[in-house]
Amino acid sequence: MNALAYNTVKSESRVFDLDLVRQDFPILSRAVHDKPLTYLDSAASAQKPQAVIDVIRYQYEHEYANVHRGAYSLSEALTSKYELAREKVRQFINAKSDREIVFTKGATEAINLVSATFGRTLEAGDEVVITGLEHHSNIIPWQLLRDQCGIVLKIVPISDEGDVSLNEVELALTKKTKLVAISHISNALGTVLPIKEIAAAAHATGAKILIDGCQGIVHEKVDVKDLDCDFYAFSGHKLYGPNGIGVLYGKEEMLDAMPPYQGGGEMISNVTFEHSEWAELPAKFEAGTPPIVPAVGLGAAIDYLSSFDRKDITAHESDLLAYATERLQTLNSIRLIGTAEKKAAAISFVLEGAHPHDLATILDRSGVCVRAGHHCAQPLMDRFGVTATVRASFGMYNTREEVDVLIGALGRAREILC
Amino acid sequence: MQVSEKDEDILSLYQKIILDHGKSPRNAGVVKQHNCRSEGKNPLCGDRVTVTAALGDEGQVLNLKFDGKGCAISIASASMMTEAVRGLRADDVRKMIQAVAKLCKEDTSDDQFFSEYGDGLGTRIEYLSALSGVRQFPARFKCANLPWQTLLSCLDGNDSATTEG
Repeated sequence: MNALAYNTVKSESRVFDLDLVRQDFPILSRAVHDKPLTYLDSAASAQKPQAVIDVIRYQYEHEYANVHRGAYSLSEALTSKYELAREKVRQFINAKSDREIVFTKGATEAINLVSATFGRTLEAGDEVVITGLEHHSNIIPWQLLRDQCGIVLKIVPISDEGDVSLNEVELALTKKTKLVAISHISNALGTVLPIKEIAAAAHATGAKILIDGCQGIVHEKVDVKDLDCDFYAFSGHKLYGPNGIGVLYGKEEMLDAMPPYQGGGEMISNVTFEHSEWAELPAKFEAGTPPIVPAVGLGAAIDYLSSFDRKDITAHESDLLAYATERLQTLNSIRLIGTAEKKAAAISFVLEGAHPHDLATILDRSGVCVRAGHHCAQPLMDRFGVTATVRASFGMYNTREEVDVLIGALGRAREILC
Repeated sequence: MQVSEKDEDILSLYQKIILDHGKSPRNAGVVKQHNCRSEGKNPLCGDRVTVTAALGDEGQVLNLKFDGKGCAISIASASMMTEAVRGLRADDVRKMIQAVAKLCKEDTSDDQFFSEYGDGLGTRIEYLSALSGVRQFPARFKCANLPWQTLLSCLDGNDSATTEG
């Protein structure tokens, strides 16, 4: 079974065949309201391939115990799989060492970890730069830090197309800038940011850079060495893995210099009532029992993705995006929100005279799952003068036919609502 | 296109009267001489509605307006509310708020419902029965209910309400 293949770091290689890929995701064959499921909400959370489901089930059925504690074989076996998951992540993003891979419960926790630890080294007047298209999880932690210790939060404006230019970022940088915290790819609009160039600009002024890679890790090959980023945060569940697991990549020297995040078991090397010493990386940042099986599930998801040539997946998703953009533009009174030149796998829009929630309810009855709302990016919605949009987002398993179903269902929704 | 059973649910949710109120809401705005005001907000979905009312000495609703942004269901519900409660005494308004929650949520038969609430609220309740299409869409209950809970908080002397969480 697949669960056993997990133990090898290098996974088999497969040709990207869309029909076969779809068969790998059992949920895609179910119906919703007697219609085939058309799942266009992968940017919120992706569906899981059988290989991931099998590994999770295998662990609970055959090989479950706590990690790093028991001197017995069950615990040792799962501990080695948990650590193997870390190695799989390291390879996947090309980090230098597995000491640089911290498991968290999600990307939100990963960013909060940085704001609560690296952030503690900042002083009043120091500047943190974010952009106008950030997800709330890359806004609020910095606002909390601002309120706590008086840092200045600067917002890089975005263009009418929903783009962030390197030039605008450079204008925001000063010698007081200590951190630039930006998305790799916008969750609401799909805009791809020039993160490598932004990282270089940040470093040129002496600032560090944190990249919110929740969408980026899914749609682009990420090489943290090549990007030269100081932190890269992402979650497992958008990457076809289970929820409850996230990753914070941090350069070793950064993580080493930071104080711990939470206190508890696992993150110490010695404890007395007077004084405690911290464990080595990455355990220093993993207090308490970690999300063990979710981490292994993430390892399996990475194996699954890595079995394909990522270029084939990217090409397929680009094709879907181009096709959906073209088809949507044929509808009357539609307004696409976010028309940046470089976009990935998500498309946001509003339809005149129909509120996104009403559209989503009607689309659901056609089996179509889309996200309607502010996408946890209210300042971005304000920027475009809307309270909500409909977002269709694509995963590796979506098809052009599903785009057609979306268009048909939108037509029907408009008949009812307008 | 053939009308399927599922379409019927949708058509009963988005009845003409609902769409009409959603597009051309009645009593939109602010009661200038209001003596109570409350703001309803559902932060997850972004719907918000501010209710202002002029209440008489005995709590009767002399005037009621709403100002809001949201989906067709929440706007229609707010608009219909302003028409349905105008002139009612406070205890009848409270009864009506209860009735609407039941109407939008519970699968009670019309007979049962009207025998419970029809008395006293009469045709006003009948008018609101168009909101019952929400029953088949539990996720949208909070939209239909937001204006009513905001009105309730207004009567209770509170300044905010939500139907999320």
